[in-house]
This record gives sequence, C-alpha cells and structure tokens, in this order.
Amino acid sequence: MGNNLDALTTVFTEFYYWVTVVFMFLIHVGFCMYEVGASRRRNHMHTLMKNTMLIPLVTITFFFFGWWIYWAFPNGPFITGGLNLEAGAANLPTSETMATNLSDRISGVFWAAFLLFSWTAASIVSGAVIERIRSGAFWIIAVMIGSVTWIIDAAWGWHPEGWMVKLLGYHDAYASGVIHAIAGGTALGVLVVLGPRLGRFAADGTPRVFVPHNPWLVTIGLFLIYTGFWGFYAACNVPIISPEAIGGQITGETWTATTIYLTPTTLGAITVNFLMSLSGGLMVAYLISKGDAFWTYSGGLAGIITASAGNDLYHPIQAFIIGGVGIWIAYYLHFWVERTFKIDDAVGAVAVHGYAGFIGLVIAGFVLWGYPSSPYEGYAAVNPLGNTIGAVIMFFVLGFVPAWIVSKLLDAGGLLRVPREVELMGLDFKTLHEEEQARQDVRDAEKALV
Amino acid sequence: MTTWAVDLADTGAVYPWQGAELIMVLIAVALWILWHIIQLREEKAEYAEDIRLYGSKESIKKALDDHPV
Repeated sequence: MGNNLDALTTVFTEFYYWVTVVFMFLIHVGFCMYEVGASRRRNHMHTLMKNTMLIPLVTITFFFFGWWIYWAFPNGPFITGGLNLEAGAANLPTSETMATNLSDRISGVFWAAFLLFSWTAASIVSGAVIERIRSGAFWIIAVMIGSVTWIIDAAWGWHPEGWMVKLLGYHDAYASGVIHAIAGGTALGVLVVLGPRLGRFAADGTPRVFVPHNPWLVTIGLFLIYTGFWGFYAACNVPIISPEAIGGQITGETWTATTIYLTPTTLGAITVNFLMSLSGGLMVAYLISKGDAFWTYSGGLAGIITASAGNDLYHPIQAFIIGGVGIWIAYYLHFWVERTFKIDDAVGAVAVHGYAGFIGLVIAGFVLWGYPSSPYEGYAAVNPLGNTIGAVIMFFVLGFVPAWIVSKLLDAGGLLRVPREVELMGLDFKTLHEEEQARQDVRDAEKALV
Repeated sequence: MTTWAVDLADTGAVYPWQGAELIMVLIAVALWILWHIIQLREEKAEYAEDIRLYGSKESIKKALDDHPV
C-alpha cells in the first residue's frame, strides 16, 4: 500500500469481500432450512447433518487444491496454453500469502468469497438427493463439485483469462452456468444412478407427492437464500479498479466496478436487475403453479438464476422477462423429466438451478450478441453459439458426466444408497427410538412418584 | 515474531512455524482422508446395527406408523 488512496482502496476491497462472505453464509442457512423442511420428519436430522458437514469438507479441500486449480487452469490446460504454474504458486496451501500476511490483505477474503460459491454449488446438489443417499457418498460428491469441477469451470469461463472467454466469448457474469448449471447437471448425474425414494412412483409410473414436513421452514429457507444471493452477486464483482490496473482497452482515468471478466458494470445495475428478474420469476411461477408456495418461491430463485449470466448489462425489463421465461421452461421441463425418466429430485434443484442456468446462458448469448466479452484485445465477442457450447460444458461435461461416473463407482462399492430397510424405517429411526425410550423412562419415573 | 517494532510496509508473513508449511499441509491432507475412511466405516456399521435391531418387517411397519410421512 504505497499511499493513503491505495490503502483505502485495499482496505475497502478487503472489507467488501468480507461482507459478501457474511451474506453468503445465509445461503447455506437457507439451504439447510429448506432441505430439512422438505424432508419427512423421520429423516430431518440426517438431512441437516448431510448439508452441514459439507462446510468443513469443502472448506479444507478448497484450501488444499481448489483455489490452486482456479489460478492454474485458465488455459485448460493445453487448450490456449499450459498450466499457469506461476499464478498457481501464490495460491497453493503452502504459499505465504494464503496465511496471516500483512503484505496481502486481499487473497484471504477473495479465497473465502470463492469458497462460499463452492458451498453453494455442493448444497444445491444436497437438496435433490435427500432421504436415501449415504452421507459419506454425498460428502465425496460435495468435495468433487465444491473443490474440483466447479472451480475448473470457473478457471475456464469465469476468469479474465479463461479459455472459454477468449475462444468462445463466453459470458456468465453472475454464474448462471458456472455455479447453477453445473450444480443442476451434477445433481441429475447423481439422481440417475441413485434412483427415486422408495414409494415415490406408483407401479404405473405416476409420481406420488411427498409432502414437506414443515412448509414454513421451506419458505423461510428460500427467503434466506434470496438474502444471501445479494452477497453472491456483490462477490461476483471487483468493487473498484482503475483502467490502468485493468490494463486493457478502456481509456481515461475513471475508476469503476467490474465483473470477474474486468468488464465495467455498476452495483446499481445489478441491484435493479436482480430485483426485476426475481419479480419476473415470482410472477410467472405463481401463475403456472397456480399459487403453489414451493414453486412460486423457487420460481423467484430460478428467475434470478436465468438472468444472472447477463445481469451486468441487461435492461431491467429484459431481466424481468428473461427471469419469467426461465422458470416457465424449467417448471414444465421438471415435470416432463420426472414423469418420463422417473427422476426424483426432492427439491426441484435440477430445474431451478440446472435448467434455468442452462437457459440463461443460451438467452444471454442472443441478447448480448456482439458485446465484448473482455476489456482485452483478441477475445471473441459474446455470441449464441459460444454461450450455448458453454452451457453444454457446464451442465453436461463438468456437471452430469463426472457426477454420473463418481456415483457409479460409489454404487459399485455399495456406498451410495442407504439400505432399503433403513430408508423405510427412516434415517433418524434409531435416534427417534432412543429419544422416545428416554421420554418413556422419565414418564415411568414420574408416575412412580405419584 | 519477536517484536512489533517494525515498518508494516516491509512486513509480510507473521504466522508461526514458517518454513514448515508443506509438513502442515501433508498432515492436514492425511487427517482429511482419514476422516472419510473412519466416517464411511462408521456409517456402514451404523446401518448394519439398525437393520440388526429394527430391520424386521414388523419393526419397520411399526416405525412407519410411529413416524408417519
């Protein structure tokens, strides 16, 4: 920090990312409440712990290797160049800048902001697979998406030098694809192998409704996810940077906020577009679901997710309409896939995150067609084909395929699904049984005193 | 660190055991893998115990009545 302006900028940036981390923690609180509310009473402690324990496991593995992947993999490697070992070295767990270091105030909070994205990606998968997956299997899958696959996609498509940005003109400013499409694709890859909950489909294939044990917890959870999403959006920006520091084609001396690609935007723009896309999603979801609370709330989320790829640039009306279109397609696709392939997605995660994220990328490719994807020379402009290929990479190549392979391996080892008897009696049965025994003991003791 | 009489502009890492980062990371990675191994074994044993104690058809039917959907 050479002078007071540099110091102020650095400390502001440090504090800015710190605030986003606190906000994003609420996403995880929301996901836990949502999942527990959606599960049946006999499974809710197992459901809670399954989601909670991804926090430490993804955190330590993101420290061990996830963060290094982001900095080392922008070229593929071997697509636009080799491994970027120089950039990666400063972000290894052995690096001095990854620990308490008075000469680097940004790496720690920047790492944490990315880590909270990692939790979100893993937590999205968690909801889809409740009530029948073994916790140990889920946690291996959580580490896979949280510390490996999503961060590879971030290096490729959510990095100023990512090969997808350079060659495809891929644009995904607020992570329609790099978080949501990959998480939805991962959830689908697991679900295909895992299978539906026992009793979920009748003999003729008709799905049965598993009623959430606490709809209020579900809706408050979704409200909290909305709240945390503000931190997620802010964390996707570089809060303040000069054209000189960017070093690209931008002229003049006007400092600005930028996206992760270092393209200019404003907090004001993304705030309006966040709210407009939320509104579009809520309004359409309410109509098509005939006022169903679960799908209306989820529709708001899907609205934001669909518009997120281009919410740095869209007009608010565009964000509003795109948000509505996203949930309209995702909603009907969810039920078609459920009936056709007997996919039991307990919380609609594949639809709300996967389909909406995929659709959002395709739409952004058309609406932002011709916009520069980067402030640097030589990059492809945003275009429909590039963003559609990007959507396929996110949902299928880095989402569905690795999840399907890892799930198959876990299944072959007998580690993926809980035994049939345990699923039927409930994953919390032993705990509930012991609690009831304890209550009975107290009742008996008290009666003896009468 | 033995003193704070320093110019912060010239001060970098301040954590203890500098130079032993690799050893610390290797220990932590080993603990992480060990955690997964222990957890997978415990979960397997827990389900086997659940089935042994409560896995009969009668027990499961009673469980479904006691803890309805």
